[in-house]
Amino acid sequence: MKAIRNLLDKQKPHFEKGGKLEKFHSMFDAMETLFFVPNRVTTKGAHIRDAIDMKRTMIVVFIALLPALFFGMWNIGYQHFLSYGEHPDFWTMFWYGFLKMLPIIIVTYGVGLGLEIIFAQIRSHDVNEGFFVSGLLIPMIVPPDIPLWQLAIAVAFAVVFGKEVFGGTGMNIMNPALLARAFLFFAYPGNISGDKVWISDKADAFSGATPLGDALTGHFDNLPSVYDMFMGFIPGSNGETSTLMILLGGLFLLMTGIGNWRVMFSFFAGGYIMGLLFNLWGYNEYMQLPAYYHLVMGGFAFGAVFMATDPVTAAQTNKGMYIYGFLAGLMAILIRVFNPAYPEGVMLAILLMNVFAPLIDHYVIAGNIKRRQKRLKLATN
Amino acid sequence: MSEEKKEREPLFSPKNLKLIKDPLSINNPITVQVLGICSALAVTAKLKPAIVMTISVMVVLAVSNVVISLLRNGIPPRIRIIVQLVVIATMVILVDQVLKAFVYDVSKQLSVFVGLIITNCIIMGRLEAFAMGNKPWPAFLDGIGNALGYGIILIIVAFFREFLGSGTIFDIHVIPQGFYDFGYKNNGLMILPPMALITVGVIIWVQRYRNRDLIEDH
Repeated sequence: MKAIRNLLDKQKPHFEKGGKLEKFHSMFDAMETLFFVPNRVTTKGAHIRDAIDMKRTMIVVFIALLPALFFGMWNIGYQHFLSYGEHPDFWTMFWYGFLKMLPIIIVTYGVGLGLEIIFAQIRSHDVNEGFFVSGLLIPMIVPPDIPLWQLAIAVAFAVVFGKEVFGGTGMNIMNPALLARAFLFFAYPGNISGDKVWISDKADAFSGATPLGDALTGHFDNLPSVYDMFMGFIPGSNGETSTLMILLGGLFLLMTGIGNWRVMFSFFAGGYIMGLLFNLWGYNEYMQLPAYYHLVMGGFAFGAVFMATDPVTAAQTNKGMYIYGFLAGLMAILIRVFNPAYPEGVMLAILLMNVFAPLIDHYVIAGNIKRRQKRLKLATN
Repeated sequence: MSEEKKEREPLFSPKNLKLIKDPLSINNPITVQVLGICSALAVTAKLKPAIVMTISVMVVLAVSNVVISLLRNGIPPRIRIIVQLVVIATMVILVDQVLKAFVYDVSKQLSVFVGLIITNCIIMGRLEAFAMGNKPWPAFLDGIGNALGYGIILIIVAFFREFLGSGTIFDIHVIPQGFYDFGYKNNGLMILPPMALITVGVIIWVQRYRNRDLIEDH
């Protein structure tokens, strides 16, 4: 650590005002604050700051993503070899998936961070770490064989139109990672939906439909066991198949106090209750599917733990968080079961609720003000 | 009429030219006044309907402007909106019939949006704001100018949407087959209306970046 500090201190004068590399100050700043918590002190007014800043927060989320990421890498290999009826050892499968995901991760970070740096330079902001987590989330919610140029366009779209036009990190209305996926979904549906894309280099004879795809087309006898779906031995987007690994990450987020249990809890509750309602209705076979199936299929758990909880785009008030999460979960299952065009509704449900989050907050706050005014009136009368 | 005008000021005096030029840049009906957005989203998936739409709006706007300007002293203020609507509606029906007669396929693509020119805010806006208080010749120029300003945005948006969304320009394939063999795909999102809104947004962004006066104070 000391060596890094020394190196940074030595280089620092070049990047400060008047130095020959002044232009690249924001990049230097980004590197410095990545390694060391900034030692800036507010000089005026009373400011209480948390000891943990945004970079440290992001790193916690990053670590929480790792179990699902590594499982995803293994699962890519597992599904690939399974489609050919082969069962190689653990490392062969992991290595196969690793090599599939590595370019996706590199392209995502390259394009995303590149654009962030360009915008930071133009606007003379500091480069902030907003893309640090998004850059890992995006590779985990796309299929393994996604063409890289499409991915690059989607990431650029998400960063520019999802974030930078609103003013950068912390100002965005919608979750950039989901926006990138939504872009791919609508722009190049052939590469991100259907039965063919979820297993990398799939053998032609193998079905390759995700459980959601099977459920939508009415092949309920093809559904994997709940255990398989919970563990994640199913085809799907790169990192979102394993409910177990996602919950591990979620647990870590909750223990460190970074993740929000209100959103997570109400998201699961919303999905489960919608499932139960459909059970009551029971009009077709999909509606009769036990409600807990919905929680382990598709990207539901991933959406609940990593997407809906995004502190920027979720509701900010405590009561609002319950409403936001609940409606998002509810909507996700509703889209799944009702809409024949979209087998999975989590992405669209969360994006929709992102848009509504400020409205929910507005009414929660307005309600609070009203209640207090009433109380005040009672007290003064 | 115009002879009489010539004595006072030339037909294309700087003031009159400004009526045509302003809507093209600093007073653009779509990007600055944010009027007529609905039809800009609806008809810009391809270039051809966008151009036909532009011409239709131009005819309707220019003629209605002139008619209202001629009538302006005879219209009782309380019923002026009704009179304006009658004039616009008449023009729109005429344009609609002409389109149906001569370019039936485009007319089908534009479907209800030709009829909806009646509700296009630009037209009502110009009649209210300009034609009611100006002479026919400036009103005519104002109509042409605003329709051009509307049309140029439509055509820019339609160009990008058709090029990126369908790989064609005027329905002629311009992206070589080799690209597709190599794995290139048309962007399906460009054909959907949200991208029209985003493209308009980008145009506004570029315009304000180049012309800082347009940025509102906060």
